[in-house]
Amino acid sequence: MIEKLKEKLGDIIKDIKIHNDRRIYLTVDRNDLKKACEIIFKDMDARYQIVSGIENFDNFEILYHFSFDKEGGIIVSLKTFIEKERPEIESLTDLIPGIAWIEREIWELLGINFVGHPDLKHFLLREDWKEGHYPLRKGVKTDGREE
Amino acid sequence: MAEKNKKVIVPIGPYHPLLEEPEYFQLYCDGEKVIDAEWIAGYNHRGIEKLSESKHYDQVTFLVERICGICSTSHPIAYCNAVEDLAGIDIPERAKYIRNIVGELERLHSHLLWVGLAGHFLGYNTVFMWAWKYREGILDMFEMITGNRNHYAMLKIGGVRRDIEDEDIPVLKKTLSEVKGKIQMLTEAVLDDPVLSARLKGVGILTKEDIKNYGAVGPVARASGVDIDVRKDDPYAGYNLVEWKVITTQNGDVFDKAVVRLLECFESIKIIEQSLDAIKGKKGEICKEVREIPEGEGIGRHEAPRGEVFHYVRSDGSNRPVRHKIRAPSYVNIPTFKASCIGETISDVCIILAGVDPCYCCTERISVYDKEKNKKVYEFSDLVKMSIEKTERIKKEIGKEGKLWKKLL
Repeated sequence: MIEKLKEKLGDIIKDIKIHNDRRIYLTVDRNDLKKACEIIFKDMDARYQIVSGIENFDNFEILYHFSFDKEGGIIVSLKTFIEKERPEIESLTDLIPGIAWIEREIWELLGINFVGHPDLKHFLLREDWKEGHYPLRKGVKTDGREE
Repeated sequence: MAEKNKKVIVPIGPYHPLLEEPEYFQLYCDGEKVIDAEWIAGYNHRGIEKLSESKHYDQVTFLVERICGICSTSHPIAYCNAVEDLAGIDIPERAKYIRNIVGELERLHSHLLWVGLAGHFLGYNTVFMWAWKYREGILDMFEMITGNRNHYAMLKIGGVRRDIEDEDIPVLKKTLSEVKGKIQMLTEAVLDDPVLSARLKGVGILTKEDIKNYGAVGPVARASGVDIDVRKDDPYAGYNLVEWKVITTQNGDVFDKAVVRLLECFESIKIIEQSLDAIKGKKGEICKEVREIPEGEGIGRHEAPRGEVFHYVRSDGSNRPVRHKIRAPSYVNIPTFKASCIGETISDVCIILAGVDPCYCCTERISVYDKEKNKKVYEFSDLVKMSIEKTERIKKEIGKEGKLWKKLL
């Protein structure tokens, strides 16, 4: 599987982490992300699972999880890092229609802007939610107060 | 949008006190026909991912159990899989079998619940009464094994919390074989019924391409001929230690979704029987001691009754997860409404929405508004009436009026 990914993605891959034989994490550059997802989702016919957004100390991290069900149940997670000063990334809604909800969710909870999303409005939070208040960020406590 | 505004909007949802997932559908209709659909969420957002960051690893197992009352063991299994993947823990064999048993009992009770409600929405209340009555046997088994009829609290990182005693096994197997006979009868009655075929066949079709685009999982995908099942593809617990097969059908309509769910019940029974046999008369540990969780990340999944549950856990070496991402199967299954509802009639939408097995609240609260006059056209009861009338009409057309009851008795 690793060989196949290397062959298809070439130097798009910046880093490979093999956690075990069923979990592979690939780091890609923000600008190559769409291309990488297209190869994995369309050419290699993986199943789109979900996107996870994480806030680290000095950047945001987004993971796109794809599952190769018939090739040993391998999950390939594409990782990309976004600097805090400019939290935005290209939307993949035209590539994967099912991704629209999670992009809206990450936008409202973590404050990452998905450029090109056709309908980027509140998903889980109410419509009059305070602008610029992102509850999943580390500075916000569980009761909603900001530290 | 200008085009949409001229049409009648049918709001479905968002609240019903019986069910745990408030959701709200807006159907844009032209006459009887649905031309577009929208979904509005967030009525019951509890921030579990955020809460999870403030609890230690063992507490999170019980927190994720509260995500859903119906799939209350699916989330803990996926979460434990994720943490065990992160820390590289291999659980004892006995715990694997016990996880199988709890996981499959949950599938049985959930599928029976679905069949019952689907029957109710089609005006077949006998099916509803029967399915829910037979489901009681499963809940009794749960009580015997875990002490609870719901929220079983069986899972723990490294294994399970309670053992199954040898003296309980004969009673469990007897209850299971009784339930099996009932499900057999129910399956035959439902699948051979010409009226149900007429109502469900060819309705709300999802193609393989729709499944791929929306990433749909579980019985929804398997009814369209996509044979994905995490239990087979990425084996965990003891699913590779027992014999069973993945059920798939090809048509992708609501009827096929019902067929998949009903036939899956028998596979679940097979798994439970084999697992009970495997632990009978043996002793062994049921849980590994886990002292600490190292730094790293882990992904765990479980095939819940509605499809794949996905948990991602990130650890920094402390006793609490730094990030815990949860994706329930309905998150990817519900968007398929866009593909399955459009072009259908309002009276069929009820069962198409039900076909995906979201949690049900939506269908109980249907009312149709005329947007221009801003007044109600239909109430929920009218819509159920319409749905039942359609069934009656089909019954008459195919000359099966009244025969169903004789057949069931």
